[in-house]
Amino acid sequence: MSNPTDQPAGVPADADPFAPRLGTAHRRGPEHSSVTSAALGRAALAAEARGVRKSFGDQVVLDGIDLDVVEGSVFALLGPNGSGKTTTVRILSTLLAADAGVIRVAGHEMVREADLVRAAIGVTGQFSAVDKLLTGQENLMMMADLAHLSRAGGRRRAAELLGRFDLSEAAGKMAATYSGGMSRRLDLAMTLVGAPRIVFLDEPTTGLDPRGRHVMWQIIRGLAADGVTILLTTQDLDEADQLADRVAVLDHGALVAEGSPEQLKARIPGGHIRLQFTDPQDLETAARLLTSAGRDDETLCLQVPGDGSVPALRALLDQLDQHAIDIESLSIHTPDLDDVFLAVTGHPTASEDTPR
Amino acid sequence: MTATYAVRDTATMLRRNLRHMQRYPGVPLMMVFLPVMFLLLFVYVFGATLGNGLGHGLGGRGVYVNYVSPAIILLTVASSATATAVGVASDMTEGIIDRFRTMAIWRPSVLAGHVLGSMIQTLLAVAVVIGVALLAGFRPTAGAAGWLATAGFLAMITLALTWLGVALGVVAKTVGTASNTPMFLLLLVFLGSGFVPTASMAGGLRQFATYQPFTAFTDTVRDLLTSGPIGDHAAVSAAWCAGIAVTGYIWAMARYNRGPAAAPAQ
Repeated sequence: MSNPTDQPAGVPADADPFAPRLGTAHRRGPEHSSVTSAALGRAALAAEARGVRKSFGDQVVLDGIDLDVVEGSVFALLGPNGSGKTTTVRILSTLLAADAGVIRVAGHEMVREADLVRAAIGVTGQFSAVDKLLTGQENLMMMADLAHLSRAGGRRRAAELLGRFDLSEAAGKMAATYSGGMSRRLDLAMTLVGAPRIVFLDEPTTGLDPRGRHVMWQIIRGLAADGVTILLTTQDLDEADQLADRVAVLDHGALVAEGSPEQLKARIPGGHIRLQFTDPQDLETAARLLTSAGRDDETLCLQVPGDGSVPALRALLDQLDQHAIDIESLSIHTPDLDDVFLAVTGHPTASEDTPR
Repeated sequence: MTATYAVRDTATMLRRNLRHMQRYPGVPLMMVFLPVMFLLLFVYVFGATLGNGLGHGLGGRGVYVNYVSPAIILLTVASSATATAVGVASDMTEGIIDRFRTMAIWRPSVLAGHVLGSMIQTLLAVAVVIGVALLAGFRPTAGAAGWLATAGFLAMITLALTWLGVALGVVAKTVGTASNTPMFLLLLVFLGSGFVPTASMAGGLRQFATYQPFTAFTDTVRDLLTSGPIGDHAAVSAAWCAGIAVTGYIWAMARYNRGPAAAPAQ
């Protein structure tokens, strides 16, 4: 995830992967298209979508989406509520028919070979898909039966997943008694019983407390390390940054940006450290010292671009110290989804409550 | 391709539904409670008078319990549609159905598991209700063959009504709706030959009562258990059951399969 090309300057302007996809001729330069087709060779794609459209009544939910998910990668669909994330996952996982477009998942054509697609994928939706009246063990054994494993094989797989997801103790309890985090882990464990090559996770951490979230992140990283292709949706830039190799930003049913998290973050001007002064003279001195900072004389503030990491903070504070500049307070503003949206769409996130 | 797993996947789903009944016995208990209440009401409250009406002033309670018990048995069978609809609808409102839909399993197995589970539940409930009827004075004259034929006949009706229940459950938007829509089946037991002869009913209603399926069902059970000659009710019943079962199955699968690759129901 730590890519040396952290600086925006390192990305040539005409190779900007975040240029809007619609109506961009400059992306198809001769060198770049050959690089793209080599990197995204057909055999290496776990999922591939071209021109996917979906409307519910007169409401357009997906307005011509193209996706390439490379085998073994973690792909994040980032967007606010109502942007079409869940619809995309439902279409890719055979739950919903697209109105138009060509989709291949695990090398199989979505409509004609749905059962072959189903045999290759695992899906964990936004809403709990565990049987609450069965115990954790029984839920996993049911999935083993449906994955057509042998009795002994199923039992082995269930025990292994219960251990891996820290559910061994609760294995004999009805899932109705599970906490939110446990239930989510059981949900994902059920998805993995059949050892799917491609896993779809629709907002896997929504509603979890910070600890549950980190546990889920660890699990997802473990899956990725095992070579499983993961397509997840999230509203959280940090989550996409933490987990994904590639991020696509969805806005009102269209992909507005796509690239690595580093490339995405490089487009965001939002990350900064805000320094609050009491003395206008200090502000003056600091402003002359930190030339890249944005200055606000009315509130006696300086906004210093930066990611807010400890070394960056330490360097900044040392610098202020050396020049005997007093600051009243300091706050760190990390870029969030709103900043991404502002950067790539030119308008803030409008998460209307549109039906999924 | 997945049809090769039809038996295995249906068995898995059946196991799941039988566990549900064990863990949440409210529905099976209701299936016994309601018919037994009607039995006690009609035998001990209305029975003497209604029996006299049937037997030209000489019948009494003893005649009426024999007359009404087949209707009570059919009330139990009719309530199987409600139980199935509720089970299916509560499944449909949970994420688990979407999970099953994304798996390479035999497509109808989820619903077929509900049907088989409901049939087992219904036939157990019928056995209990018949037991109570016997205690209340029901004296069937059927031999072993008659009882066997009755069991088979009731299973046929249950199969048809549970597929209808599955369809009503898949279609229902909430569990509440699913528990209400199949109620009309219970009403049909009353608006037929179950509690009084259809000939005694008012004009238009009499026409309806004579030709609706539950009259054929009730008359056949009555013939089988009290060894009357089995008329053409049995054939009429079989035709009704085939029609209801096929309609329910096609309707249910069509709604369940909404999505790409609606695998043709094998």
